[in-house]
Amino acid sequence: MASSIATDTPPPPAPASAQRRKQSTGRAGDKIFLGLSRGSGIFLLVVMAAIAIFLSVRAGIAISKDQGNFLTTFDWDPAGSPPVFGIAVLLFGTVVSSIIAMVIAVPIAVGIALFISHYAPRKLAAPLAYVVDLLAAVPSIVYGVWGALFLVPYLGGLNDWLDQYMGWTYVFEKTEVGVARSMFTVGILLAIMILPIVTSVSREVFLQVPRMNEEAALALGATRWEVIRLSVLPFGRSGVISASMLGLGRALGETMAVATVLSPSYVLSLHVLDPGGGTFAQNIAAKFDESNQLGRDALIASGLVLFVLTLLVNGAARMIIARRKEYSGANA
Amino acid sequence: MSHVAVSDARPAAPAPHKGSLSARSLPRWAGAGFAVVSIALAVGIGLVFGLQSKVQWGLIAALLFILVSYAVTTAVENKRQAKDRVATSLVWVCFILAVIPLASLLWTTISRGTKVLNGYFLSHSMAGVPGFETGGGVYHALIGTLEQVGLATLISAPLGLLAAVYLVEYGKGALAKAVTFFVDVMTGIPSIVAGLFILTLMLMFDLGPSGFMGSLALAILMLPVVVRSTEEMLKLVPNELREAALALGVPKWRMILKVVLPTAIGGITTGVMLAIARIAGETAPIMLLVFGNQLINTNPFQGAQSSLPFYIWEQYRVGSDAAYDRAWAAALVLIAFVMILNLVARGIARWKAPKTGR
Repeated sequence: MASSIATDTPPPPAPASAQRRKQSTGRAGDKIFLGLSRGSGIFLLVVMAAIAIFLSVRAGIAISKDQGNFLTTFDWDPAGSPPVFGIAVLLFGTVVSSIIAMVIAVPIAVGIALFISHYAPRKLAAPLAYVVDLLAAVPSIVYGVWGALFLVPYLGGLNDWLDQYMGWTYVFEKTEVGVARSMFTVGILLAIMILPIVTSVSREVFLQVPRMNEEAALALGATRWEVIRLSVLPFGRSGVISASMLGLGRALGETMAVATVLSPSYVLSLHVLDPGGGTFAQNIAAKFDESNQLGRDALIASGLVLFVLTLLVNGAARMIIARRKEYSGANA
Repeated sequence: MSHVAVSDARPAAPAPHKGSLSARSLPRWAGAGFAVVSIALAVGIGLVFGLQSKVQWGLIAALLFILVSYAVTTAVENKRQAKDRVATSLVWVCFILAVIPLASLLWTTISRGTKVLNGYFLSHSMAGVPGFETGGGVYHALIGTLEQVGLATLISAPLGLLAAVYLVEYGKGALAKAVTFFVDVMTGIPSIVAGLFILTLMLMFDLGPSGFMGSLALAILMLPVVVRSTEEMLKLVPNELREAALALGVPKWRMILKVVLPTAIGGITTGVMLAIARIAGETAPIMLLVFGNQLINTNPFQGAQSSLPFYIWEQYRVGSDAAYDRAWAAALVLIAFVMILNLVARGIARWKAPKTGR
């Protein structure tokens, strides 16, 4: 809503170019300032390019020494002879944990956004929105420790219940006895962590629904839920999609919460309640200490894949948002 | 307000007061009534079947609430009102679902963290303390965090500010578009990737771990957040101010420095503080680049350091009760630091906010 004012009144039009050239020759300060600020903007692009290039170079070194297939090997042993490592399990685990997180978080986040934008008492809406934002302020390592020491013991019961009644779905079948240091627990934790971003972007969109549409629906006798279903949700659909993708981007790259909760293994399994599996970020955190030179390069290679993955997801989300320029979740 | 005319519009609906404007409707306290009934029923069921977990009681109560309100509203009013009521309850449930983990996390951290948190803990390092024994403290990690975050702020705040000034005051054309897009994309870079990037630099130039390397990675994470929030704030500065200054013959750079930035300074400060709060809790880059240290190292440019989030990770990995206590205490310190920064930042934002008319 803040930026809508700025769009109404664009920055003052520059004077005719000939005149400006004449003026600015006498004003060194202007030139220096423009140079500095443009330089900062360019620096930002350079950093992004440098990240891509430097990671690719080291990744290239690692992959050329890999005796297994980097994409399909189920093992991570760059220190062995011959060195063998592959991202199959990591890619799978990253995607699965993020999907679980999305399935849990997106409906709840949309609910919260609706609550704040349409249901909560007017005066309480801002403080309640702040409470949800506080979830984003908690550092990920604290989530991790809380998840491992508090959530994991509590989820044991839920896991048994799911196994008992939903076990026939294969996904919720438990084949190993053990604590709930599983992909499912990781997914729940990630869901909590991405709630704030999905909520705040969705909320922004819901608040932008033209008042006229809502009032027209009300005037036709719609109940509050019908107003939301008929005017708010259709208007906000693309916003919710991009908000979810921003959340997905966060979930893909989360490190510490996964590293503390998951008990990793290099097994590809769809039994999400069984301990095991791994994600890119978690693997980097877990393997870094014991890595030799090649091991570090191998981790960098897996980091590059993660970088590309998050770049694609975030880029797509931003493209969708950019079509409706008024809001952005970047400052949420 | 909206249900008045509705039942008349449905010829099939059993409208008891046909023709009158007021259809049969539930009193305002109906929601509270349903809640009381369903909680009482849930407690009854819980006692009868001997369910141990209070979570189960809560779940049964919530389910009953939705069922009871749907059934009663359908009977008294109509299906559409019933759906509306269910949607309302579900939306409330969503919000409560979000508050539960936050409350639980804060409560756990506070109750377990206060066990060992005292002056000694804040003023001593882990020097000579084996991980599985009690004692030791967080002093070295506090110093590390403050220095690393401070350095990162020194790097990214001016850069971010200038980039935002470029985007708002000068930016036109392809370059500005590219910068805007990549700032947005950059906010999504996982912290571990930023750490790996600096790691490649370290490997290339053969540098050792140090606090400064960590702050470089933190600066990368902080930069887009600063740019974005500053940009938003600069856009809020009324154009009349700019035009007035330019009309008086002030050069553009002085106009920006003396008029635009002072007007937006409250919001900019808020943005920078929120960005600091965000990076203060980052563990992954510290793990790769700063390595952690049991001793006090006040020099961020030389040798391994510790930091608060890394300290929590380290103590968690030790896995003994004493170490867990230390981890919780450090988590409490970190959360307090981050939350206070957050609260102060938002306070400043509210206090200094330009009037937007909304």
